[in-house]
Amino acid sequence: MSSEKPTMIEFKDVHKYYGDYHALRGINATIKAGEFFSLLGPSGCGKTTLLRTIAGFEGISSGVVLIDGKDVAGIRPNHRPTNMVFQSYAIFPHLTVEQNVGFGLRKDPRSKEDKARAVDEALAMVGLAGYGKRAAHALSGGQRQRVALARALILKPKVLLLDEPLSALDKKLRENMQVELIKLQRQVGITFILVTHDQEEALVMSDRIAVMFEGQIAQLDSPEALYRLPKTRAVANFIGTMNFLPAKILSEAGGIAEIEAAGLGRMALNVEKQVTGAVSPGGATVGFRPETATLLFDTQEATDRESMATVEEVVYYGDMTYYDVKLDGTAEPMRVSMRNVFGRPVLDIGTRTRVGWSPGALVLFR
Amino acid sequence: MKIPTLRIYTIAYLIFLYTPIVILPIFAFNNSTAVAFPLQGFTTEWFYNIAHDDVLFRALQNSLIVSSISSVLSATLGTFAARASTRYKFPGSGPLMGLIMLPMVLPDMITAMALLVVLLSIGIKLSLVTIILGHVLICTPFSVAILTSAFQSLDKSLEEAACDLGEGPVSTFMLVILPLVMPGIISALLISFTISLDEFIVTNFLGSGEPLLSTFIYGQLRFPKYVPNIMALGTVLVGVSIILLTLAEFFRRRGIAKTGSKDTGGFL
Repeated sequence: MSSEKPTMIEFKDVHKYYGDYHALRGINATIKAGEFFSLLGPSGCGKTTLLRTIAGFEGISSGVVLIDGKDVAGIRPNHRPTNMVFQSYAIFPHLTVEQNVGFGLRKDPRSKEDKARAVDEALAMVGLAGYGKRAAHALSGGQRQRVALARALILKPKVLLLDEPLSALDKKLRENMQVELIKLQRQVGITFILVTHDQEEALVMSDRIAVMFEGQIAQLDSPEALYRLPKTRAVANFIGTMNFLPAKILSEAGGIAEIEAAGLGRMALNVEKQVTGAVSPGGATVGFRPETATLLFDTQEATDRESMATVEEVVYYGDMTYYDVKLDGTAEPMRVSMRNVFGRPVLDIGTRTRVGWSPGALVLFR
Repeated sequence: MKIPTLRIYTIAYLIFLYTPIVILPIFAFNNSTAVAFPLQGFTTEWFYNIAHDDVLFRALQNSLIVSSISSVLSATLGTFAARASTRYKFPGSGPLMGLIMLPMVLPDMITAMALLVVLLSIGIKLSLVTIILGHVLICTPFSVAILTSAFQSLDKSLEEAACDLGEGPVSTFMLVILPLVMPGIISALLISFTISLDEFIVTNFLGSGEPLLSTFIYGQLRFPKYVPNIMALGTVLVGVSIILLTLAEFFRRRGIAKTGSKDTGGFL
């Protein structure tokens, strides 16, 4: 669906050096108009630097950044069609809420009344109607966040940049704001670019996610594609959890790969849907998510394939139980998550159990 | 029984520190030229005297001119230096800041003599202007010290936000940075004013003989019959200082309430 949308931002071979430090190592990507796009990665991966090159707070060492088709090299942040929500929110503490929200309208030719109306509308949009006269410093974290959003959106930017906007909020509030941000983005239709280190946040909110490691984009895909078929083991491990087992490719023909994996045995995989990554020198690896395998508690349960295993660790989460089980013939324990439906027992450490799995849920990293 | 050593020490310390200041107004109202107990009787004669002393009036006028200009100049220079040292990294910034701060630890005597030699050798006549030059040199390090902490506590993203919302560097400074460092600037002004007002060595070396408060008081103290006048003058100065400090504290607290920042203690 996003393929017909026009391009809003384009990076062409963008490099950035801080002295000897190579912060961005050849970024190539396009972000579509109206997209909710996330830059996801661990701290120090260059995601914030990349965001700041869009805003204009960081220059680039080589390459091109295009915003709406225009090369923005040398254009200062105050002349770019982007606005930013800062990690610290950067609410001006000496001003009131409405002065903060209306800050960017100073050079706007509209009349005072029109501007006041625009401020009221922006405040209403973020659910802060009637807060205009309050002192900005007297607001809570969540309210500051909303003021920062209103202050940026009132200028109707082509792109809204969000630098870890939810990281300072507590878990409940963060989850609420995630949903509100998605709704807000749909409502205003502006391109949102979010920087986050929280994979769950990125999965929940984004149309597409660029996973970054060490100044490079490791994979750019939809949340589902990233989760289902990660290109590398690093991406697989950063987005959720994945178990890995050493494997051997026996043959590959007609779109079907015949493989043998430790603890699982021989099976056939669909090359297009299940085989990923460049050939790695350490040999191939097969991976599966904890929720794609199940522990078989009674003999009646049917499953594609099963292997025997020993329970090594049990982690009880209330709605879920995580088991670390060692499959017979393997060295490392695998994590399997089980929903705690009514009547299902929690196994003890040391229990012998059957593990049910399906070849269709596996991913092979070459 | 436990002896409250620390408490006794504290009380003794405070008495030692403040008795002279309390003595000042007592003798200012004492009807005797001798500064000695027992007190003779109540009089406002000394206050009348200082109010009608033309030389004192000139000294006061000169001091106000010198201290006002010195404090404004040093607070302005301090703002520039503090801003530069906290926001920009440039080669030699460390040694440069060291040089700016040096007069704070250099004996005033050295600074004053060196300045005097330089000024005389390039043929500049001593006047209030040369005193102001010396005072700015002495006061600027204090302004820089106060303002550096004010600029350091400023969140960098506030500036970036103003820029992001369409403001250029100058308007960002006027609309965001200046209001937020204003308490620091006021502190720097007050401290510089105070330092300049009671600076004696530089004033004495670089002056042309025009009286300033500090040199005037020093001159008067040599004559016993003028000592009660100085007591009265001292009382007035203490009163003015208390009012000034109260005002400064009031503005500081209001600033904190307005920006919601944390109260970190005294106005320094």
